[in-house]
Amino acid sequence: MSNLKYFTNGLIKDNPTFVLLLGLCPALAVTTAAMNGIGMGMATTFVLLCSNIIISLLKNFIPDKVRIAAFIVVIATFVTIVDMTMKAFVPDLYKTLGIFIPLIVVNCIILGRAEAFAQKNSLVPSILDALGMGLGFTLAITLISSVRELLGNGSIFDIKLVSENAKTILIFVLPPGAFITYGYLVALFNKLKNNK
Amino acid sequence: MEFFNIIVLALLVNNIVLAQFLGICPFMGVSSKVSTSVGMGAAVVFVMTLANLATYLIYNYVLLPFDIGFMQTITFIFVIAFLVQVVEIILKKVAPELYQALGIFLPLITTNCAVLGVALLAIQKNYNLIESIVYSSSSALGFTLALILLAGIREQMDLNDTPKAMKGVPITLITAGLLSLAFMGFSGLVK
Repeated sequence: MSNLKYFTNGLIKDNPTFVLLLGLCPALAVTTAAMNGIGMGMATTFVLLCSNIIISLLKNFIPDKVRIAAFIVVIATFVTIVDMTMKAFVPDLYKTLGIFIPLIVVNCIILGRAEAFAQKNSLVPSILDALGMGLGFTLAITLISSVRELLGNGSIFDIKLVSENAKTILIFVLPPGAFITYGYLVALFNKLKNNK
Repeated sequence: MEFFNIIVLALLVNNIVLAQFLGICPFMGVSSKVSTSVGMGAAVVFVMTLANLATYLIYNYVLLPFDIGFMQTITFIFVIAFLVQVVEIILKKVAPELYQALGIFLPLITTNCAVLGVALLAIQKNYNLIESIVYSSSSALGFTLALILLAGIREQMDLNDTPKAMKGVPITLITAGLLSLAFMGFSGLVK
């Protein structure tokens, strides 16, 4: 049971996107439609899970001095796997996410968890931590992208909720909308946290 | 005219921070003072241009001939990390004053996704060597411009009475959003 808290930590209390504020670039860049949020979240979760597993297994073999370099190799390997898999099986999503797939390598969430968690803990907690953090990230960016898609495009998961020629607030699917939506959501999170 | 287009596009229209969302972490992290953001900006211009030169040469003369283009992510991140270390060591010996000024920002750059992002974008856009250098240095200048603008606004904003929940990151994000809105005005400047 005690292991379960590693999983739930990442979901809300230490949510990487809204509380720890890690991995801001993908949270802003790919969140134009809810589907992108889920795709990016799953890709990141997969890399996070694999890198946490490998690093927690190898933690006794990696010399302390070169650990960051070693972590980056592990992470970059899995990112390359994700990159090639997505290119082959979901080419449309791959095209929309574009450069942000290879950039998962420099997503601070992954290196951060490797450094702060996986290298100090055994396999099971590391897996749970990765799943919690990954899911927390996925939920957070899906939330951001749902808001943006709803306001900017009048749809959610590509299902149109307003009539075809209704005017939507286009700015929300453009870059400024990303900053503004994210800003207000972080403020909302702060507000809820302060009220507790 | 070709180069002018690349410069205006990279610097203003497709500003890497405000339009392409690369390098948001340092953009939020070191933008609280104008003086530090000038330092960070200078370090990014320096490293990004060098990194692009190195990744361009490696991609075209090592990865492509051996047909291992899929290794680009791994190779590039290593090249950048290595380069930052080398630059740090050389600067320390050759130009101690410059090292003093840029020193603390250099290690931060390895994890700056803008450096890797611009390297990958330059490859994607099929630029030749000169174009790629022009592109990366003007992208880095665009980063610096956005960083200094935001820092200037934030210095003033500290004096304001911001609601508690909005303090810090949220208000900075919204400010960045408005800046990005302003930068959208540049679109259509070049075709």
